[in-house]
Amino acid sequence: MCHQSVGLIARVVEEAGIPTLCMTSALDITQAVKAPRAVFVNFPLGHQTGKPNQPELQRRIVCDAMAAFETIKRPGEIVCLPYVWDPIDRSWEERDYSKGWMPERPSRQDADREEAERRARFAAK
Amino acid sequence: MPVEYIPRTRELYSDFTPYRWVVNEDIPFTPLRKPISDCKVALMSSGGILYRDQPRFHREDASYRRIPKNARRDELDVWHFGYPTNDAKADPNCVFPLERMREFEAEGVIRELSDPAFSFMGGIYSARKVRDVLAPQIVDELKAAHVDAFYLVPA
Repeated sequence: MCHQSVGLIARVVEEAGIPTLCMTSALDITQAVKAPRAVFVNFPLGHQTGKPNQPELQRRIVCDAMAAFETIKRPGEIVCLPYVWDPIDRSWEERDYSKGWMPERPSRQDADREEAERRARFAAK
Repeated sequence: MPVEYIPRTRELYSDFTPYRWVVNEDIPFTPLRKPISDCKVALMSSGGILYRDQPRFHREDASYRRIPKNARRDELDVWHFGYPTNDAKADPNCVFPLERMREFEAEGVIRELSDPAFSFMGGIYSARKVRDVLAPQIVDELKAAHVDAFYLVPA
């Protein structure tokens, strides 16, 4: 759903005269909504610009995206980057966005409490 | 092989009416007028990033948050319904590469990183809400900041 939302915003911004570029890990959704420019990384959802605490990998992905701003000349073009999540174990591709993949959501009470704690923490500073 | 998320969504939510994904025909396109190293670039993530005491996102929430470009990692939090957020909470740069974009500004890869960056919770089923409510506000923000290029990261 994130991929559709991002593509929709990019299209409106592009219509307003500002060039856009969308990252994507969901090729089919990005192709359906037709984002003006996109860069594909075959990583699980939630890692479109890399793995946590791997700044070098993040840098390469984002740097490739900045380059694609210049190299993409055709509307709707999608540049595919060569990065591989795990060269040995590709089982994440079976699990991503399937039943049981999403952790159980916190209850509203827990979410409220967590938010109150965060707000208090920063209000105190 | 790329995962096909449209059939996978249908399976995951098989108890519900299948979602009608947006399928567009035309593609709006504005050419980049100068090298990216001469551009002021704005960053937006749909990963539900929050800054300090900003309120979290709710269902079908088309609001957005302004994230100061010099925000520290310990000032950011993540709230989202649609993906496991543990890695993004540990390092928001997985879906919101603010630190990387700051480095690129310092190194001259881009001329300037626009301040603030933006975040919203992309799990919004109403395409109309995204297109007609959220997107025009972002256009206004980008125009007011004289942004040359807009970089979007879904989650």
